[in-house]
Amino acid sequence: MLLLLLVPQISDLTGQAYYIGFFTRVVAFAIAAVSLDLILGFGGMVSFGHAAYLGVGAYALGILLRHGVTNALVHLLVAMAASALVALLIGAVSLRTKGIYFIMITLAFSQMLYYLGVSLSAYGGDDGMSLPARSDFFGVLDFASDTALYYFAFGMFVIFFWISRHLVMSRFGVVIRGTKSNERRMIALGYPTYRYQLLAFVISGAMCGAAGMLLANQALYVSPSLMQWSRSGELLVMVLLGGMGTLYGAAVGSLVLMILEKLLSHVTDHWPIILGLILVTVVRFAKRGIFGWLTQTRPAHANGKKDG
Amino acid sequence: MLLALEQTLNGLQLGVLLFLMAAGLTLVLGVMQMINLAHGSVFMIGAYVCAAVYAATSSYAMALLVALVVALTVGIGIEVLIFRSLYQRDHLDQVLSTFGLILVFNEVMRVIWGPTALHAGVPAFLGGHIEVIPGIPYPIYRLAIIGSGLVLAILLYVLVVHTKLGMLIRAGASNRIMIQALGVNIGLLYTLVFGLGAVLAAFAGIMAAPLLTVEPGMGEGPLILAFVVIVIGGIGSVKGALVAAVFVGWFDTMGRAFLKPLLGLLMSSAAAQAAAPAIASMLIYILMAIVLLFRPRGLFPPRTR
Repeated sequence: MLLLLLVPQISDLTGQAYYIGFFTRVVAFAIAAVSLDLILGFGGMVSFGHAAYLGVGAYALGILLRHGVTNALVHLLVAMAASALVALLIGAVSLRTKGIYFIMITLAFSQMLYYLGVSLSAYGGDDGMSLPARSDFFGVLDFASDTALYYFAFGMFVIFFWISRHLVMSRFGVVIRGTKSNERRMIALGYPTYRYQLLAFVISGAMCGAAGMLLANQALYVSPSLMQWSRSGELLVMVLLGGMGTLYGAAVGSLVLMILEKLLSHVTDHWPIILGLILVTVVRFAKRGIFGWLTQTRPAHANGKKDG
Repeated sequence: MLLALEQTLNGLQLGVLLFLMAAGLTLVLGVMQMINLAHGSVFMIGAYVCAAVYAATSSYAMALLVALVVALTVGIGIEVLIFRSLYQRDHLDQVLSTFGLILVFNEVMRVIWGPTALHAGVPAFLGGHIEVIPGIPYPIYRLAIIGSGLVLAILLYVLVVHTKLGMLIRAGASNRIMIQALGVNIGLLYTLVFGLGAVLAAFAGIMAAPLLTVEPGMGEGPLILAFVVIVIGGIGSVKGALVAAVFVGWFDTMGRAFLKPLLGLLMSSAAAQAAAPAIASMLIYILMAIVLLFRPRGLFPPRTR
């Protein structure tokens, strides 16, 4: 499975320039999808507002660049810190609620950030702002080169994936999964579930902020449309399509969805109709997603699929 | 002062529109535990069909009727075809499926009417202004929205509180399993509730069409506002939806109108110029957050098991 992820990296060396940018976006979205899978597939927290963190990361980059800061590490750290802070604030309020309320509230907060972005006329407002240059890595590596940016993004992805995997397997991860399965039991066992969930939410938000920073770098453009709720929906689709609660699935889902959108748009101008129908069908009949289907012999996570 | 009164009327008008959207949403969510993102699509369909038919026939009555019928048909269609399999599923599935539906509907609108906005005219008999408040000519159309919305609110109240159907709806919102056990035809009830919600949403779309841009995706903004309203009001409670909708509408309108001058008192006018639109757009979400801190289930949650 890991090989599947390495292949695009190699083929990029020979690929046309366009595809490098495309795959950079795929990788960035894969990071975002993995961050969502962390809290959704393992923690049972359906965050319908994850695109907000993409926006925070992207705007952090944009604002820093506007004010003359060019170091990639600074960009990354600030993007992640800002997203973590926003996630902390949103999570603190949202995690007090459950189920339907939680979904709606995360959606509402991401809309709020979207409108905030639209009204920030100093930084482009509705039209967004284009960025003068990409980050540079301590002046050594300039990400103006598409390839360099791709490897950076891919490296980030590998690191984040590794972190996520360990997080899920750790004691912390077990508590989160236990909370998804039966919160009352966890509380009875003495775990402060709210705090665990909030921490997971913040980590997830920070990772997603990094993804946003990468996206903005790739496009050389920052716009509030990154925070639109349809974007949050896309992230959810990626996680579902690939297979919830598997982490690999999220990455696969990102690849599949982006390729699907590309392919369909060649078939017809009205591709959203097909995508929408595919979505409804997948939810109805193939809920375990692609990765879940691929690994059917090995039971994935008992508490990850259909509701009890 | 006069401006405040005028803005209050505008706020009331927005609140009424929000109520029409929120009422259907809260009923579906409360009775069927079903998150329906496609509610915004019904709003959009109502607006499109009404605008198109009115432009073609110049008969507003015709446009209204056709739009409501089309929206109702579409609503019942998706209920029967898609929702029936979703009621038992978890919320994520419902969110994703209805999200898929939104994609389909938005694109269908684009296919039929193209991506540019459709012109929605105010019907002639509702055009013009009258001076409700001395000195301020106020559009009759907006008054009509307020009026019709309030009439519908009263009708809805009568339905929910004083009829058997209403009782079943309220019981369903409280404890669905129990009324099933008591022998109520759940399938029919669900279809009725959903149909009712669809008609209300379509009506909101029809009324709002001349005020907004009739374009694909126009339902999403009102949809999310409606969600904020029902979260504040309490999911499943029509009374909550009304109170929250009117308050949110009023609060948002007043905020947008008066925040800049208010901020101007506290800080320099340049800072207020920059900060006011940003904060004004965040106001109702902040309001929602505050309400949730004290009442995580909203202001008027129906009593459940």
